[in-house]
Amino acid sequence: MTSQATIVMRDITMSFGANMVLRGVNLEINPAHVTALLGANGAGKSTLIKILSGVYTGNGGVIEIDGEPQTIDSPMTARRIGLQTVHQRIDDGVIPGLSIAENLLFEQIAQNEIGRVASLRSLLPKAREVADALHLDWSDSYLRKDVFEIGVADKQLLILARALARRPRLLILDEPTSALSQSEVDRLFSVINELRASGIPVLYVSHRLGEIDTLADRLVVLRDGQIRGEQDRPFDWTAALKDMLGEQTVVELESFEERHGTTTVLDLKGVQLFTRSAPFDLEIRSGEVTGVIGLLGSGKSELARGIFGADSFVGGTMTLAGAKYAPAGPSEAIRNDVYLVPEDRAQESMLPGWSIARTASLPFLKMIASRSVLNFGKEHALGIDLINEFSVVADGDEQEVDSLSGGNQQKVIVGRWLHGTPRVLLLDEPFRGVDIGARRDISRKTREVAGSGVGVVVLTSDIDEVLEVADRIIVLVDGEVRMDTYSSQTNRDQIVVRMSEVA
Amino acid sequence: MSDQKAQAATGGREMALRFQDGLVKYGFIVVTILLFVYFSATEETFRNPNTLFSMLKFTSVVAIAGLGITFTMVVGGLDLSVGAVAGLSVTLSAMTMVFYNQQGGVAIVVVLLAGALVGLFNAFLIVILKIPDLLATLGTMFIVMGLKLVPVSGQSVSSGMTLRDGSIAPGKFTSDFLLIDRANVGPVPFPVIVVLILTILTWFFLTRTKWGRMMYAIGANPEASRLAGVRVRFYHGLAYVICGVFASIGGLILSSRIGQGDISAGSSLLLDAVAVALVGTSVLGLGRPNAWGTALGALLIGIVITGLTIKGFPYYAQDIAKGVVLLVALIFSFTLSRRKTRYVSAT
Repeated sequence: MTSQATIVMRDITMSFGANMVLRGVNLEINPAHVTALLGANGAGKSTLIKILSGVYTGNGGVIEIDGEPQTIDSPMTARRIGLQTVHQRIDDGVIPGLSIAENLLFEQIAQNEIGRVASLRSLLPKAREVADALHLDWSDSYLRKDVFEIGVADKQLLILARALARRPRLLILDEPTSALSQSEVDRLFSVINELRASGIPVLYVSHRLGEIDTLADRLVVLRDGQIRGEQDRPFDWTAALKDMLGEQTVVELESFEERHGTTTVLDLKGVQLFTRSAPFDLEIRSGEVTGVIGLLGSGKSELARGIFGADSFVGGTMTLAGAKYAPAGPSEAIRNDVYLVPEDRAQESMLPGWSIARTASLPFLKMIASRSVLNFGKEHALGIDLINEFSVVADGDEQEVDSLSGGNQQKVIVGRWLHGTPRVLLLDEPFRGVDIGARRDISRKTREVAGSGVGVVVLTSDIDEVLEVADRIIVLVDGEVRMDTYSSQTNRDQIVVRMSEVA
Repeated sequence: MSDQKAQAATGGREMALRFQDGLVKYGFIVVTILLFVYFSATEETFRNPNTLFSMLKFTSVVAIAGLGITFTMVVGGLDLSVGAVAGLSVTLSAMTMVFYNQQGGVAIVVVLLAGALVGLFNAFLIVILKIPDLLATLGTMFIVMGLKLVPVSGQSVSSGMTLRDGSIAPGKFTSDFLLIDRANVGPVPFPVIVVLILTILTWFFLTRTKWGRMMYAIGANPEASRLAGVRVRFYHGLAYVICGVFASIGGLILSSRIGQGDISAGSSLLLDAVAVALVGTSVLGLGRPNAWGTALGALLIGIVITGLTIKGFPYYAQDIAKGVVLLVALIFSFTLSRRKTRYVSAT
């Protein structure tokens, strides 16, 4: 088996400054196999892919193809030696403004293999050859179309056909289905099956366990920059999830007294998160912390943003404390005392150059203004109050939030909402990029808030985090609720099993 | 020993950085004062208070349009239609008084409404139709420039002109309307008073009210503002409406100054106003658009132009001086400032 391996990676390491992302990855990819690569956020998957596709260089370790060591120092080299990568973002792979034919032949054009002046008509036969690799039955008039006009699935097929044009020695697919509908996914899978039959190895990266279960021959799990598990079919998903999420962290969990809320503050009826997923009902109770756990693509952010009115659900209705609740936008949600700490701190919460006081007061300018004129004294008091309440390490409330550490930034972003009068407080990945001390402080505060009668919802992809903070645990898989129980009635293993159940 | 050296080195470095920060913060004001002192010391004409006030008076239109642009820069955009709106105001005020024989007060109301309407149209393009600010206002600029020519058949409007049907225009620029530009309060020309009032209003609105705060938030990060409950589309649009009104106020002063509906009026205003607002972001070292910065920027360009003109610098080369001032300002905020400067996002 080992001797047959087409691609062998030995002791691949990669670090960014002091941060070691890959700590010696050993991986063999066999011909005519679909090898699935699984890993949580930050496990090092994308770094590994970037090394294979020549985006990153200067790493330690050896990559051998058919026994020959290779130096991959640029994306061009990677392609020349037959490592073809289809990256996750489809729109990065095509050039709008050019025709489908030109996009299919882009590599040849970029490398001057085609005359400098060539009519679109003269390109068509060559383009059709490339499209034939996937049996794409595209007419001449379709090939002349601007890529901008075609659907996302056809773009994906175009990129795939281009990657296959020169029979690659390895095809790397990074989350290829994230933008596709079910029928398009089926079509992609039949293509991958054909590739396997013709002997081309595929490295398939995905968060969707169901897809890996249908498609893959082998499964490797990456965690903290190392391969932590390898399996051949049939897969033991529970073991895979354990490899992926790790055993319980060494740090002792803080124990807390589990609280059970009795009144429903927010009632979701028939809420549907994706067009492909089934609707469900969910009650959020005040006085307890509801932990929603789900991997990327499980719909946890969609759930949070839907409740907050930042996006709308595919379907369903909500009732807030007995009254109909359908926020047209975040400002209406906030008026109804429903608050959200969004997932991406830098993009969705922070304002470049803004001080702690200004960042904190933005959602509640009414509170520091009389007749719309701001009272800077009140704003200062608000900032100082936040710094003290959350023990934010800062020079004062005039310090810019950008210059704080990740944990202190998050304290400001979470803490500012507590100046209001929350009925429902949603926190999406509140512990991401946050040190353990700040994480403690934030989760303790969160529990305090729930204790004061607020319906708190913490959404995360980390089991330890959810166990640390939540009274009630909800497992979300593919946009559907797979488990809803109290923390004391379940355990880590059961959660892993529920997360790993393949539809 | 080596410790001491290292300490000295860090001390030196820190001093250099502090000097740099001081330069960014006060450099521009110092340059302005030095220029003023230099021109005053070397040219007697420049010292004359009348020169000073006429200089302020002539920069008033640019300053007001620049204040309007400041609002749109605060929300992260830029209004390219201010010059066209000022031109529209000139023609509209002339039409109201000369064609329709109305009082100056009516002309003022018509012009302000028109400015607000153009602003509303910009807001519609940007907020509802989601066209990037620069491109939307570029389109508006062309439409407004062309539209104003239609009712006057491409002719400048003046008292006593012959109309299309052969009759003589019934009205004229009323004397009270002409006073807008010509009146003085004590020694101070009325337009200068208007600039002062608008600057204070703009400063107060932007820094002391929650509306201004929300506009700055939108300019800093629209998505974060939305998720903090700011009604982004409303305030983004409001900035353009205010800008339209300011541009039309500038147009009123211009119209009163020219005393006829000159169709070419306002054509050079856009670039000057943008330059003034851009200079304004760096004048006080704030690195963001602000009211006093814009007013000082207008003053600075006024000093440079007036001083150079008195020194015999040819009038046709004035744009060179403006360009140099603008580039120096940009060097202060981009090259020397350690703060990240945010001007205009094109999309």
